[in-house]
Amino acid sequence: MKKVLTGNYAAAEAAALAGVQVASIYPITPATQIGERLSEMSAEGSFGGRLIRVESEHSAMASLLGAASAGARTFTATSSQGLAYMHEMLHWVSGARLPVVMVDVNRALAAPWNLWSDQSDSLSQRDTGWLQFYCASSQEVLDTVLMAFKISEKTFLPSMVVLDGFTLSHTYEPVDVPDEKAVREFLPPWRPESRLDTGAPAAFGSLAGAKDYIRLRRRMAYDMEQALSVIDDVAKEFERLFGRRYEPLAPYRAWDADTVLVIAGAAAGAAEAAVDELRRDGHRAGSLRLRVFRPFPADALRRMLHGGMRLAVVDRSFSQGSEGTFSQEIKAALYSSSPKPVTTGFVAGLGGGDITVDLLKEIWAEAHNGTVNPAETVWMEDAR
Amino acid sequence: MLEIRFHGRGGQGTVLAAKIISEAVLRGGTGQCLAIPEFGVERRGAPVVAYARISDQGIKIRSKIYAPGAVVLLDPRLTGSGITQGLSPGALIIINSERDLKSLSQQFPGMRVRSVPARRIALKHGLGPKATPLVNTTMAGAVCAMLDLADRAAVADAVASSVPVKTRENAEAALEAFDLVEEKLYA
Repeated sequence: MKKVLTGNYAAAEAAALAGVQVASIYPITPATQIGERLSEMSAEGSFGGRLIRVESEHSAMASLLGAASAGARTFTATSSQGLAYMHEMLHWVSGARLPVVMVDVNRALAAPWNLWSDQSDSLSQRDTGWLQFYCASSQEVLDTVLMAFKISEKTFLPSMVVLDGFTLSHTYEPVDVPDEKAVREFLPPWRPESRLDTGAPAAFGSLAGAKDYIRLRRRMAYDMEQALSVIDDVAKEFERLFGRRYEPLAPYRAWDADTVLVIAGAAAGAAEAAVDELRRDGHRAGSLRLRVFRPFPADALRRMLHGGMRLAVVDRSFSQGSEGTFSQEIKAALYSSSPKPVTTGFVAGLGGGDITVDLLKEIWAEAHNGTVNPAETVWMEDAR
Repeated sequence: MLEIRFHGRGGQGTVLAAKIISEAVLRGGTGQCLAIPEFGVERRGAPVVAYARISDQGIKIRSKIYAPGAVVLLDPRLTGSGITQGLSPGALIIINSERDLKSLSQQFPGMRVRSVPARRIALKHGLGPKATPLVNTTMAGAVCAMLDLADRAAVADAVASSVPVKTRENAEAALEAFDLVEEKLYA
C-alpha cells in the first residue's frame, strides 16, 4: 500500500514491520520523529516491540547490547552528536557480533552548532565494524532497514542505515509499504543459538588474550568481506518478493563516460539530473552512487571504472589533515589499477549546504577540464 | 515538472499544505510529488517556507526550489519576505486574500496573481481563531483546483488522511475552496 511518508516515518514503519522486539529511543534533531512515531505506533498497537526510553544515546546502544545478547531483534535511531556519544558502544556491539540495526540521520557535528545534513557523523564511525548503507529515497530507507535486519542476522554484524537529514528525513513522498505477511516471509523471527538465558547461564565478552583477540578480529574481517555476497543474495531475494532491486554501487550512464561524478545519499538524484543535462550538451558524463560503504565494494568499483576516466568525488565530510573520506577510500581501492582514473576530491554540502544540479555540473566541469589539481582537495561553496 | 513554493507562518501548517497536495497527487494515480520543508529553526509566527515538486515521471532532484513556477501565500501580510525571489515573469502567485484582484496584482507587476478567500472559508468552518485562522487545508484545496493537480475526491481523501483534528471541517473547507476555484474557471 502506498503511503505519503517522510524518511523518518519510513524508518519507523520498517522497524515495526520487521517485528523489532526491543527499540531504545533518545531524541535528537533530525532523527527524533523516528522514536516519536514508534511511540505512537506502540500506543496504537501497530508496534508490538518493547520501547525503552533511555537517558542518553550511550545508554540507547548499551541497552540494545543487552537485548540483542538475549536474542531480541533490536533497533534504534540517532544523529550527529548522539552517534558520536555512542562511539564506545558501537565497538562493543560489533565486537560482540550482535545484529543490531540503527538508523543514522545525517547531521553535521558541532562546533559550531549546526542542525543540517552532511556525512561526517556516520563516516567518522567507519572503523567501528558496522555495515553502512547510504539511502537516496524514503522508499530505499524502508527497504534498506528491512534488508539490513536480514543481512545483519546472517553475518552477525550490526548495520547502520544512513539517510540525509531533512532532505530525506523530513521530506514527504509516496512510499510503497509492503504488507506484514510478505515481510514475515522475507524476514522470519530471529532466534540465535547462543544467547543470554537464565536457564543456561553463560558469560559473554569476558577478557581475551592476544591470541584469541586477533583471531576474533580476523574472523570479523572475513565475515565483513563475505557480507558483500550476503548483501547481494538478500537484495536478490528482496527483488523477487517486492520488485525493487538495490546494488552496492549504482552507476548511471557511466559505462562510456569520460568523467564520472561519485556521490552518496539523496544528492545522487541531482547528480543523475546533472548527467542528463551534460549529455544533452554533448558531453560524455556519468555518475556513480555509493550505496554500500562498509564493506567497501572495491572490486565492483574497479570493474566499473577504467584508466581513461576522470572521477569527481563529492565528499560531504572531511578528515582534517587528510582529505574527504570517500576520496581516500576510492583512491586506495584504485591504487592497484593500471592505468588509474584521475581522481579529484570535492568537498561540498557541509553543514547542510544544498547540492544542486548547477553545483554538480560545476564540479563535473572542473574535473573534466582538468582546471583543478587532483592532488588537492577542492572546496566548493554553495553558491546560493 | 511543476515547482511550488509556499510562504506561511510557523504554526500555520505550511508544510502540511504541501503534504496534503502530495497526498492528493498520489491519489490521482500517475503523478509523483515531493513535499519539502524549509530546513530552518521553527518558531510560531515567524515566516516559514515549504516546497512541492510535482511531476508525471519519477523525481530525481531533491534540492530546494530556487525558481518556482508558482508561489502560494498563506498569509497575505508576508509580502516582503522574499515572495518574488526566483520568479520569472508570468509566474503564478496564489494569495489568501479577499481584496480585489486588481490591487493585489499591482503589488506583483509582471506576475499572474490569483486569490482565494481562504481566511473567510476557514473561519466559516471553525478552523482557528480570527487573528490566526488555519488556512492550510483551504489553500491546498484551492491550489489543487487551480493547477489541476487532483480531483475533488482525491482532495477530500488527502485532507482526511493528513489532518487528525477537525477532519470533517478541514475537508469541507478544502472542498469549498476547490469548488469556488472550479466555478471561477468555468463560469
